[in-house]
Amino acid sequence: MTAELGHFSLILAFMVAIAQMIIPMVGAHKGWHSWMEMAVPAAVAQFLLTTLSFGALIYAFATSDFSLELVANNSHSAKVMLYKIAATWGNHEGSLLMWVMILTLFGAIAAIWGRNLPPSLKARVLSVQSAIAVAFFAFLLFTSNPFLRLVVPPFDGQGLNPLLQDMGLALHPPFLYLGYVGLSMSFSFAVAALIEGRVDAAWARWVRPWTLTAWMFLTIGIGFGSWWAYYELGWGGWWFWDPVENASFMPWLVATALLHSAIVVEKRESLKSWTILLAILAFSFSLIGTFIVRSGVITSVHAFANDPRRGVFILIILAVTIGGSLTLYAARSSSLSSKGVFSMLSRESGLVLNNVLLVVAAFVVFVGTVWPLVAEVLFGRKLSVGAPFFNTAFTPFMLALAVILPIGAILPWKRAQLRKSMRSLWGVFALSIALGALVLMLQTGTRMLAPIGLTLAAWLVLGALMDMAARVRMGKVPILDSLRRLRNLPRADFGKMVAHIGFGLVIFGISAITAWQAEDIRVAKKGDSFVMEGPISSYKIRFDGARSITGPNYTATQGKFTVFSNGRVVTTLYPEKRFYPVSGTPTTEAAIQSNLVRDIYVVIGDPQDGGGFAIRSYIKPFTAWLWLGGLAMAFGALLSLTDRRYRVAAGARKKKRGQKTQAVPAE
Amino acid sequence: MSTLKMMVVLLVVLATPVWAVLPDEMLSNPVLEARARDISQGLRCLVCRNESIDDSEAGLARDLRLLLRERLVDGDSDAQAVAFIVQRYGEYVLLKPSMNGINLLLWASGPIMFILALSGGIVFIRRRKNTPEPELNPVEQARLTEILSE
Repeated sequence: MTAELGHFSLILAFMVAIAQMIIPMVGAHKGWHSWMEMAVPAAVAQFLLTTLSFGALIYAFATSDFSLELVANNSHSAKVMLYKIAATWGNHEGSLLMWVMILTLFGAIAAIWGRNLPPSLKARVLSVQSAIAVAFFAFLLFTSNPFLRLVVPPFDGQGLNPLLQDMGLALHPPFLYLGYVGLSMSFSFAVAALIEGRVDAAWARWVRPWTLTAWMFLTIGIGFGSWWAYYELGWGGWWFWDPVENASFMPWLVATALLHSAIVVEKRESLKSWTILLAILAFSFSLIGTFIVRSGVITSVHAFANDPRRGVFILIILAVTIGGSLTLYAARSSSLSSKGVFSMLSRESGLVLNNVLLVVAAFVVFVGTVWPLVAEVLFGRKLSVGAPFFNTAFTPFMLALAVILPIGAILPWKRAQLRKSMRSLWGVFALSIALGALVLMLQTGTRMLAPIGLTLAAWLVLGALMDMAARVRMGKVPILDSLRRLRNLPRADFGKMVAHIGFGLVIFGISAITAWQAEDIRVAKKGDSFVMEGPISSYKIRFDGARSITGPNYTATQGKFTVFSNGRVVTTLYPEKRFYPVSGTPTTEAAIQSNLVRDIYVVIGDPQDGGGFAIRSYIKPFTAWLWLGGLAMAFGALLSLTDRRYRVAAGARKKKRGQKTQAVPAE
Repeated sequence: MSTLKMMVVLLVVLATPVWAVLPDEMLSNPVLEARARDISQGLRCLVCRNESIDDSEAGLARDLRLLLRERLVDGDSDAQAVAFIVQRYGEYVLLKPSMNGINLLLWASGPIMFILALSGGIVFIRRRKNTPEPELNPVEQARLTEILSE
């Protein structure tokens, strides 16, 4: 019964969405206020109905209602409650329902909080947002209905892939979707602005919190996915350039560019049409990420043939959304005149270069991801594009970005003098180079990876700190004066500093793992021990034997390892090799002991013929900094979000004086 | 491929990355072994999704690892060993696509796009630089005076 209730409210939400797509748009065009205002209650109703529907699906999973086809295929009564609930979005239909629920949530928030938006802009934004929802509701109801019943319910479910019964993976999709869908708001604002024919600083101020929110969640979501791969897949890889990963990485790169170009629109009223284009692109990549991954077309051309109806539907949605918005863009973007004037050397130019690098990097990822498909369909060549390609073709752009970032961040708006701006950076520059040279001298061999990585990381971190120090005139005025200045700086400045430091930390983590990881593969019998080199001290790892254990829905071989450093016990590790009888699949649970200097990572394998077990051990230097860097970036976004200028009603003061904003409508 | 078959493949693929290079495969000569590891990171496990034979535990990946080591022990250079495997399994096995034919476009796409985007950016900035500073309209001018006199 609850399932039918969920099904029914989904259909109702679809109806409301259709109404909300059409009525406010017509109202905005004709200037009919009551038609425009209809969008607000409709957006709220849509959200409530979709939430009810999603709640019904969660209930079905929680109670293991195997009369629902989706539950029977994706859950099992032997699973713990947390993973039963997580299974709701661990499949195609459920995850799409979650997607559209988040979409309606954001729509409702925009409707309720958007009191200070001009009525016509607000109506158009909500209408566009609803149009996206209509496409998703239709896709769900007509091709991917989660509420289909089985005539004969099975006795038990088909279980869930044991790899997916994991905290990291339970949390990964919701965050990623919050990011993807958050970009839909920026998209709706962009399309609405194109229809209105005006983009000004106030518009940028309304869009920026949405972009920031989306970017923050996307960062966390990607971080979760990477972390999950690191501890779950058994050899400590954290990024594979898999099409599925790339699908979340491309919107992230474009959203990063959007975040920065929107600042230029807000502060300098320039880069307007470019920013609109980025907003469209960022969401387009999100859609591609959601759909193409789900349909599997990138992994295999033949996946389309599995369910042509879904494939065709997806293509139509992509064509209408991306094609439609880009056409609108082509027709209307010329009406968006930029005002700000700036010289070749200025903060604006720095941000243009930032955008060039990020967008080109996203383009490289895109080309690499679709190339196997293109080569097979157009040229009949069956080939692979894997990590080595991306490492070579993508990395240079990120390195260039890291080189210019601290300089661009410290340049003043409009026009700058390099000599003057660099004055505070020379020290940082010299220190970073010296650090790289030190690493080069200390390391064995001449690989440049670690020296370059460390130089750039130091340059970014110290550069961000120096930027802040220069802002408060540290050392130039009395220290109390500096502190007072620090307190008065806008929150967004702290956000910028923290996020840029985070970028530096990520580069540091990546270079350290890649350059200095120690690996050991061997057969070990009980009592055997071996020595591995860490970044500061060396570690002796002793294998104390293995035993069989039984978990809630698996059996496992659990090894015991004692780790010594300088004759003292550092930790005891218990890696497991699990077997899940329901799905008949094994998984490894690596045992990891982590601190800020290194991760000790031990995996146990199968027993060997001659006795003993196959053992894989790693010392991974400074891995924690990779995740900390990601967190710092997300935290930077959070800090910027709490900036005063977004809390104070944008444009409210202007209105009080009875003045219009300066932007001129196109019509 | 039927849906069922597809699902089986997917399950196997998702659940496999458990164990890659096994101790019994490794060569006693550390230099050769290091070369083998290096090469196998660039070779695709043919039955896996986007995994190198170095990372994969699939049976076929193990066969390829052993084959590669055999070639290296027999005195093949890195390039010869890779060519040998490509000859048998096709270029699909290369995770780093070769730089020939249409693939040149793939490799050049980044640099070309960068040059285009950079030129676009420079043209845009130049045009910005040469645009005259917009004048304030009378209302704005009045407001400015008001602010300045506050």
